[in-house]
Amino acid sequence: MGYTSRRLVFMEKVQHMTDHGQLATFGITELEAQHALDRLNVRDVDYADLYFESRVSESVSMEEGLVKRAAKSISQGVGVRATAGEKTGFAYSDELTKKDLELAADTARYIAHSPKGDRAVPVPAQRRPTRDLYPIERAKADVATPERVLLLNEIDAEARRYDSRIKNVMASFNTEYKIVAVATSDGTLVGDVQPLSRLQITCIAEENGNRQVGSFGGGGRVGFEFYRENNRHLDYAREAAREAILNLSAVDAPAGAMPVVLAGGWPGILLHEAIGHGLEADFNRKKTSAFSNLIGKRVASEVCTIVDDGTLPFRRGSLNMDDEGTPTGCTTLIENGILRGYITDKLNARLMGIALTGNGRRESYQSVVLPRMTNTFMLAGESDPQDIIRSVKRGLYAVSFGGGQVDITNGKFVFSASEAYLIEDGKVTKPVKGATLIGNGPEILTKVSMVGHDLKLDNGIGTCGKDGQSVPVGVGLPTIKIDEITVGGTQG
Amino acid sequence: MIQKQETGRFVRATQSTYAQLAADVLTCAKQCGATEADIVVADGETFSVQVRVGAVDRLTKAREKRLGLRVFVGKRSATTSTSDFSKASLDRLVSETCTLAKAVVEDPVSGLPEASELAGDRPDLDLYDETVLGPETQIDWAKRGESAAFSADSRVTNSEGAEFDSSSGRVVLANSHGFVGSYQSSSFSLSVSPIATEAETGAMQRDAWYEVQHKFARLASAESIGQEAARRAVRRLGARRVATKRVPVVFDQETAGSLLANLCSAVSGYGLYKRASFLLDQLGHAVASDRITVYDDGRMAGGLGSRPFDGEGVATRKNTIVERGVLKNYLLDTYSGRKLGFPSTGNASRSVGESPSVGPTNFYLVPGVKTPEEIIGSVKEGLYLTEVIGFGINMVTGDYSRGACGFWIENGELAFPVEEITIAGNLKQMLKDIEVVGSDLVFRGRIASPTLKISEMMVAGN
Repeated sequence: MGYTSRRLVFMEKVQHMTDHGQLATFGITELEAQHALDRLNVRDVDYADLYFESRVSESVSMEEGLVKRAAKSISQGVGVRATAGEKTGFAYSDELTKKDLELAADTARYIAHSPKGDRAVPVPAQRRPTRDLYPIERAKADVATPERVLLLNEIDAEARRYDSRIKNVMASFNTEYKIVAVATSDGTLVGDVQPLSRLQITCIAEENGNRQVGSFGGGGRVGFEFYRENNRHLDYAREAAREAILNLSAVDAPAGAMPVVLAGGWPGILLHEAIGHGLEADFNRKKTSAFSNLIGKRVASEVCTIVDDGTLPFRRGSLNMDDEGTPTGCTTLIENGILRGYITDKLNARLMGIALTGNGRRESYQSVVLPRMTNTFMLAGESDPQDIIRSVKRGLYAVSFGGGQVDITNGKFVFSASEAYLIEDGKVTKPVKGATLIGNGPEILTKVSMVGHDLKLDNGIGTCGKDGQSVPVGVGLPTIKIDEITVGGTQG
Repeated sequence: MIQKQETGRFVRATQSTYAQLAADVLTCAKQCGATEADIVVADGETFSVQVRVGAVDRLTKAREKRLGLRVFVGKRSATTSTSDFSKASLDRLVSETCTLAKAVVEDPVSGLPEASELAGDRPDLDLYDETVLGPETQIDWAKRGESAAFSADSRVTNSEGAEFDSSSGRVVLANSHGFVGSYQSSSFSLSVSPIATEAETGAMQRDAWYEVQHKFARLASAESIGQEAARRAVRRLGARRVATKRVPVVFDQETAGSLLANLCSAVSGYGLYKRASFLLDQLGHAVASDRITVYDDGRMAGGLGSRPFDGEGVATRKNTIVERGVLKNYLLDTYSGRKLGFPSTGNASRSVGESPSVGPTNFYLVPGVKTPEEIIGSVKEGLYLTEVIGFGINMVTGDYSRGACGFWIENGELAFPVEEITIAGNLKQMLKDIEVVGSDLVFRGRIASPTLKISEMMVAGN
């Protein structure tokens, strides 16, 4: 990903955590956290935790060639949780006093139906972060607004220079700097500093009354310099402009079932929707997923191996630890077509008696932990991407997508192409208008007949929604061929 | 017990406390160089109960408060927000906001609404109910809702659960014109999400039903919500694909509402001045079939989108959006209105930390006379659409392609459930192709439509 890690920063961060303690940022002492956990640690409670979070979000945005808007948001709070069997009690507060902590603890304990804390929890062994996947200096993450404004101005100029038919450029640059600390009843106290940023560009092209849109973006757990490295921001601008211009000549998309070739990278959203959500442990514990009871069974063709990996440096979906303090890992979901495992949080791993994978995530201190994906991708195969396209007589070649959605229970999923082309007699021909693709999760990967050797991860733009909670994620895919999927165009 | 702690500790700040806080922040902003400013303070409490298969699954209790500040330094502006109301923190926020504003460019049309546009009256819109339900009552409601779904049909075998939420909160808005407004609102909702299983194949289908009301007493019974949820899940069993063909499509209330939401986005000021809407330059022109009349009414008593003033303090009102197919008004806040040369329509929508955008209040399509049964009865072969999924809508061009499920209509009757299909067309044409408007308008959210029939769309399957 061409991004150099700086060990020095990591060491400074560790030093800070060690010198001041994970809770110092929040004005809470370890003893106060300990007392709150003690209140939660009653007979019926299996597990309890406190999740402290401080977040600073900043954004600047541009339209009509002007950087008109700047915004900054500061939030801080604590989420307190107790679980007893399948039950979860949860409370949160944006006040961080000892009294608020105790009150939240008493509320969370309500589900346990047992009296106030009578057992002391183990004193946490203060843990250092064992690695740093995103060593960004604070100074770099917190770059001055004028520098951000300049970045957006250059993007506007570049997109308009690309083609005079580009009539409007909208761009936004968002950063988030999150400090978290998790104290748990199983004796851990661990913190992390999680930077995140994203640059998003949308261009509108206009020609003889035909208006079309194109967009592109990228980011990750990276600092500001990432966007200027080799003028990456200008590449993004040209990509957004290129897509808008291309769509000026797009013809109506075909309708019906046909072979589809997906390009590498962001089209990996297929995996996220078709199988990823269906393999989250909560749905499988409740047996409400179309994948329930399919472990060890064939759910994909032999050429498919799919993993969820939260440990890739600087990636948008990566985390040093999940939001329960468990180090993230790389979980094999499907191996040569066979369903191998689910992704879990503590509650579901315990109730199902399966391995903890470090996928317990939450949008903020205001949300409960759910098993969520990190970076989900298919490993590279052996086919030449050109051969894959040549093998299709009539079909669709889809390069970029908007969003997708899945119905976990019946397995039906959709994802919508924003840049696609017809394949005619083994050649990529005309661009077509956006169309939604629809398929059945447990079936679709059995129809993958070729996997390219060109695995690509996305550029860092994905946000996943579940139960109203948004978390950053990544996806990836090599070029693949799906023998048949329904394409929702208008031309029969 | 939770109830006692609540009354003992969670004492809501009074309106006057926040009004004073807002006045202090505005004064401080002036001292930092702001020429104009406005401030929103919101606080609230929520209590949420989820049960699943007869047992409590999750209880969530929260209270929160946030303050959002927008300052103008001449024609430059910035927006910030925080949950820390301490004086030191707010002083720092004000100073940072002014610094941010000075870093962006001048925007000639930026600024607060004119003082004359600000709401002068404070009608009681029936948005607040002081009922506080204890955890046991909420658990009981959720359990009864889920249990009704299980009892309604033996094919209901599992459940994603039932959830009962209650919340209440206050919004205070003040600006440097001297406007101070405040209102309280509350919300009570029950949703039930059963899963039905087909005995022979083991295939599962999920669906859900819900209701939201400002007042607890207006909520339908838990049993009726659970039964409707079960009916919706069970009727999907045995769904299959159909062959690709062009047919009439009947949108039920829910999917017609999503279509109306697309219209709502297309007439919102921000998309229009950015030239990112398929309804550009259409004011005064026919944009839909002459059967279509659409209003946005911010002052409907008890309405889920009702409020006495909008996110900038502008008085809400009833706006005619489309009258017999002709586009009459856009939805505007002050900024997008000035960009397009019109006054605000009172549709500024404001989440605390962001600068205003445009949103609907109660946005609805005026009902016709045909019942849904009569509409379905008029279709020889077609699709009765009950759910759309995915994001396949291009607001710039109007191109529309979404995942769909529902029922296949044969000779005027629902023949069998269908799934894993798409419907496609272009919104510009779809709005004009609305042949029939149903009589069944029900307000279940901020956007509401009766059943609609579109003469023809492309349905893709196998």
